[in-house]
Amino acid sequence: MKLELRGITKRFGDLVANDRIDLTFEPGRIHALLGENGAGKSTLMNVLYGLYTPDEGQILVNSEPVEFAGPGQAMAAGIGMVHQHFMLVPVFTVAENVVLGHEPTGPLGLIGLDRARALVRDISARFGFDVDPDALIEDLPVGVQQRVEIIKALSRDAEVLILDEPTAVLTPQETDELIEIMRQLRDAGTSIVFITHKLREVRAIADEITVIRRGKVVGTATAQDTEAELASLMVGRAVSLGVEKAPAQLADGEFTVSGLVVTDAVGRRVVDDVGFTVRGGEVLAIAGVQGNGQTELTEAILGLRTPIAGSIVLDGTELTGLSVNDVLDSGVGFVPEDRSTDGLIGSFSVAENIILDQHDRPPYARGIAMDLRVVRERSEAFVEEFDVRTPSVEAPISTLSGGNQQKVVLAREMSRPLKLFIASQPTRGLDVGSIEFVHKRIVAERDHGTPVIIVSTELDEVMALADRIAVMYRGKIIGIVGGDVDRDVLGLMMAGVAPESAEQEAAEHPTLLHEADVIADDQQSEEPS
Amino acid sequence: MSQLANPRLTPDGLLDEKAMAPVSWRTPIILGVISIVGLLAFVIFTHPGRISRIVVSRSADAIQIGTLHLPSQGSALVLLVVAFGLTGLSFWATLNRRRLGVIPIAFGIVMLFAFLIWAVAGNTGGLPLPLLLSTTITAAVPLVFGALAGVLCERSGIINIAIEGQLLAGAFLCVVVSSATGNPYIGLIAAPIAGALVGLLLAVFSIKYRVDQIIVGVVLNVLVLGLTNYLFSTVLTQNPQGLNNPPRMPSFAIPGLSEIPVIGPALFNQTVIVYVMYVVVAVLQVMLFRSRWGLRVRAVGEHPKAADTVGIKVNRTRYRNVVLGSAIAGFGGSAFVAAALPFTKEVSAGRGYIALAAMILGRWSPTGALAAALLFGFADSLNRVLGNIGSPVPYELLAMLPYLATIFAVAGLVGRIRPPAAEGKPYP
Amino acid sequence: MTQEPENPESPVVPEQDPGTGARGNRDATRPDDQWLRDAMHRMLTSNWLVTLLAIVAALVISGVLIAIADEDVREASTYFFARPLDTVSAAWNSVAGAYASLFRGAVFDFQAPTLARAIRPITETMVAATPLIFAALGLGMGFRSGLFNIGAQGQVLMGAAAATYVGITWSLPVVVHVVMAVIAAMVVGGLWAGIAGFLKARTGASEVIVTIMLNWIAIWLVTYLLTTTVLRQGGSRPISPAVGENARLPLLFGEGFRLHWGFLLALGAAALVWWLMERSTIGFKFRAVGANMDAARTAGINVNMIFVFVMVTAGILAGLGGAAQILGTDKTLQAGSAGSIGFDAITVALLGRSRPLGTVLAALLFGALRAGSPLMQTVSNTPIDIVLVIQAVIVLFIAAPPLVRSIFFLPSPDRPRRVKEVAA
Repeated sequence: MKLELRGITKRFGDLVANDRIDLTFEPGRIHALLGENGAGKSTLMNVLYGLYTPDEGQILVNSEPVEFAGPGQAMAAGIGMVHQHFMLVPVFTVAENVVLGHEPTGPLGLIGLDRARALVRDISARFGFDVDPDALIEDLPVGVQQRVEIIKALSRDAEVLILDEPTAVLTPQETDELIEIMRQLRDAGTSIVFITHKLREVRAIADEITVIRRGKVVGTATAQDTEAELASLMVGRAVSLGVEKAPAQLADGEFTVSGLVVTDAVGRRVVDDVGFTVRGGEVLAIAGVQGNGQTELTEAILGLRTPIAGSIVLDGTELTGLSVNDVLDSGVGFVPEDRSTDGLIGSFSVAENIILDQHDRPPYARGIAMDLRVVRERSEAFVEEFDVRTPSVEAPISTLSGGNQQKVVLAREMSRPLKLFIASQPTRGLDVGSIEFVHKRIVAERDHGTPVIIVSTELDEVMALADRIAVMYRGKIIGIVGGDVDRDVLGLMMAGVAPESAEQEAAEHPTLLHEADVIADDQQSEEPS
Repeated sequence: MSQLANPRLTPDGLLDEKAMAPVSWRTPIILGVISIVGLLAFVIFTHPGRISRIVVSRSADAIQIGTLHLPSQGSALVLLVVAFGLTGLSFWATLNRRRLGVIPIAFGIVMLFAFLIWAVAGNTGGLPLPLLLSTTITAAVPLVFGALAGVLCERSGIINIAIEGQLLAGAFLCVVVSSATGNPYIGLIAAPIAGALVGLLLAVFSIKYRVDQIIVGVVLNVLVLGLTNYLFSTVLTQNPQGLNNPPRMPSFAIPGLSEIPVIGPALFNQTVIVYVMYVVVAVLQVMLFRSRWGLRVRAVGEHPKAADTVGIKVNRTRYRNVVLGSAIAGFGGSAFVAAALPFTKEVSAGRGYIALAAMILGRWSPTGALAAALLFGFADSLNRVLGNIGSPVPYELLAMLPYLATIFAVAGLVGRIRPPAAEGKPYP
Repeated sequence: MTQEPENPESPVVPEQDPGTGARGNRDATRPDDQWLRDAMHRMLTSNWLVTLLAIVAALVISGVLIAIADEDVREASTYFFARPLDTVSAAWNSVAGAYASLFRGAVFDFQAPTLARAIRPITETMVAATPLIFAALGLGMGFRSGLFNIGAQGQVLMGAAAATYVGITWSLPVVVHVVMAVIAAMVVGGLWAGIAGFLKARTGASEVIVTIMLNWIAIWLVTYLLTTTVLRQGGSRPISPAVGENARLPLLFGEGFRLHWGFLLALGAAALVWWLMERSTIGFKFRAVGANMDAARTAGINVNMIFVFVMVTAGILAGLGGAAQILGTDKTLQAGSAGSIGFDAITVALLGRSRPLGTVLAALLFGALRAGSPLMQTVSNTPIDIVLVIQAVIVLFIAAPPLVRSIFFLPSPDRPRRVKEVAA
């Protein structure tokens, strides 16, 4: 099936999210849509999937114009989508999720669950998936959930499959498997639309590459283009792909976690006997696939969760059992992984968000009376220092862009003397400019002698920032390795393989991306600089 | 507990996640405390030598069973021994990480009987069991319909606090229409229409205008109360003969079933409203959990965006469910006036809120709602019966029981309660 | 995690324009000439206009009901097609008569023989508004803190019962007695509401359900206590004796008027609540928890403590409302003493948009409806129940500004925040 977009324009108020976009997706091709966060890729795909109605332009299926009033019609036309945030009902089984919306029914509209299970088993067998049709979604790891999403799309005979940032939740080895599936589908004649901002993956997989910037198509590229070329096309200027940092200078501070056990609401050990030490002046990155206990670990350190065993010691002070307030007071700065949920209060002003954790102490308050003049003056200074683009400190934070919101969080957390700095997914959803800013501030904090913990599921970020890397898997730390470790080794560790066997395994079975990297490095070294 | 703190105690290093969950001793402890209180109240600090009489058959029944004469203290002691046994069993089950299953329910029934025997000890008339059961059904019917309305709305993600208003509106229109036409069945058709209208307002305000659902519900209750009060004081009082004089709804005995001793007459010699209730509960239970419609409704209530992305119209589903559910509540309102009772101000008297409680206690399932509503109906009916025969417990204190039970339920003292995830949130 | 996080919006005013939000510090820190322009801007686009139009719409709808229920109108409508003007004029007469008597009973009785009698209605409105202000202030605080306290009814009743108990059983000197009775009401009201806050904090139990259930428990409890010697001293009816002279709130304008010190206390409470919510660290915490509980928790605010604190404060205020009703107005307690104060207070808080000034004005409006309705009933035969309808319709309308705007053909204001949401 050939799918074309002609002159698609989508506006939200004054913001033009898609500006006259033309694209053609041919059957049997993997078409990568490359663009940084906020470039308008997801909006475009939501238009294509019938979730948004375009303001202008046409969608053509096999050269016939079509209009999608909703995802149902898009699906009927043969378009399937694997969303970045999985569209699965957590309390339903795999089979129920797969058939939802096109249920096989018997008399009285009762669902033929046996047929649903057979459908799941059938598709799983075709692609070598191991998915139990009767498992509840909420009990499955994210990698498996993604397969359920793919099964869901395939069960509807999708001829165009859109994958929205599909590798964000996968290890390199799982990414390999996904690439294998994509190729298998392509060879069977499916058009694959692969949305990403990761340059290395694009180069390894894509048959065609279209780059989108600020809602416009700015060009096409091929897998032969270098990462630097792709990056400058994507961002619109030359960008440095790495983070510049000097070797770690260890300082006095020391933060130690030992034997930490945290359970969830139903009593499962989500953090299981975790221990590590971070010294002042170094960055320890905690890597791992999303949902392996990293969130709970940081929440336990901050005092949001009470561990059932273990200790957390900062410069000789025990932090377990302290309230969040006391933990913050003992010099911990914390950037939560989800800034809109945990980091900011959307309806509060920039100023109020900047003083959120300091509002009840001098200089902002005397007794219980707040001094609004001081609040305003101080927050204006921070806005200046952290380059937050806002009309005023009185503007509601929700009107700011993601990058500026994250700068407000950083301003709040870094604006007092720190003995420990923890940042969870510090650059999730940010544009490249903001990512560079955030990374610089983190490195500066490290160079200032503060112990820094970065929790990230993005291997690129982990490898760029870390002096040492701890990999978490199912609540345990699989191993702690140096910052210069091989990506494939990290990937295997993220899948639960111990460091020693991971190194051996990685050497024997390098991933596709790894091989592509080697070739790319060779090419780059051949190019005259 | 020390075992839990140290994972190294397991020899092979592999931890069974389930087995490592911290044990909750809450239920066994609660059962134990209740048992001790029961022992003190019903056995130790009670008048010895009294007899508890329990009337099992009515004179009209086909099969006659004589009145039971039980020695109060002795019978209570026996039941308490059983209760302590069940408590012990629950401790054992908790220690061995087994599910408690029906233990708490069995315990509840045993303690209930112990209470009944104590409450009627020495009473010459005795406890009229058939009356108790038939009034239980009568009291439970509006609660069941109201709770089903709640289930239908909340399963699709809309909180329905307006059950009270829907019951009241149903009762009002049922009275007016059946009085005006002289036919009780036409009133039964009118009642759900009134409920559905209230539901439509709830749906429009909460879905289209995205007003907070709790607010709309509370305000709609005030609105319906004001409207029915106002129309009662004006139109109905101006013409009570023609508009507030509903005919009696006849009862039908189902041959065979209605002759079962004790429960037969209560369950199977009833008005058509009660039979509709049985059918609706059964149909909804099956449809909600086995049918395509039910799967879609639950998907909309749990994760509307996921439902949307597979082509299910979220808000259309919600509109339908709210209107349908509210119609069911409206139908339930007719139960207040089925016995040829005229409409009075606030005839629903807060039953809608108890129905809400029954829905929660029944964990958002039709059969659960039925069970909880029957329990509340029983409490209500027992209270009246005990009031009539002279009870040792003040009426007002027993009347609090359903509300207390609900608070205990939502506070998680009787297990985890998990409402539909998208409940109360407008979409998109 | 397959679900996207959602920002909990303010539960009370879902349509709220970010520009007219609650951030008081903005007003304080603005340049001096700005406030006038702001005021103009607010007048034209804001909630006030919507509120006014909602009231108008509600009066029109209720007018239709009044006309329908009027026998003269219905009689005239039987020959509507012959002489339609008869119906119209009959309807006009009935509606105008009803609203005129409502005005006379609630604001100013222009037919009264003396000035004192003429202005007495407005003081009656204040009397009726007093418990509403107290209870609605507490509810409004709760709403802004993200807590749906439906339990003002029970809290008012428990406060009233406590005040009555102290008022009838203790014997204390002037001033001390009334102060003790008021404090008892505050303590009991606060504790009663605190149950819901505590359960929410400890177990996550929905405060909506718990407070609804506590309302009924309070009613049965007070009904029970009225059968015992705790609240009843002899007599066969379930009604308490009158509270002692010393326990009464003094009258403001002497015997001719029922207006008592409770009204001034209520205004004082409103001012205090304003300061607390807008200028104090406590209010900052309350608002933070209400706007985004998770972010508040991550920033070190003890959210569970705030739940308890908010509920207790709301209960104290509701308890004060109960005390004002008994010690100032009723003097004796019955199971129905709280009337529908608790539920009316919900509508008052909503109409007042959970702000102290708005709450006072809304309470005066609904108090006026309460105070004026008896005269309306006697003069124009319109049952007082119409007041409930007016109240409910007003609140429904103000909760849905787009509906009001479309009824009155007003342009809808820009809603930048929604656009942002979609784009994200």
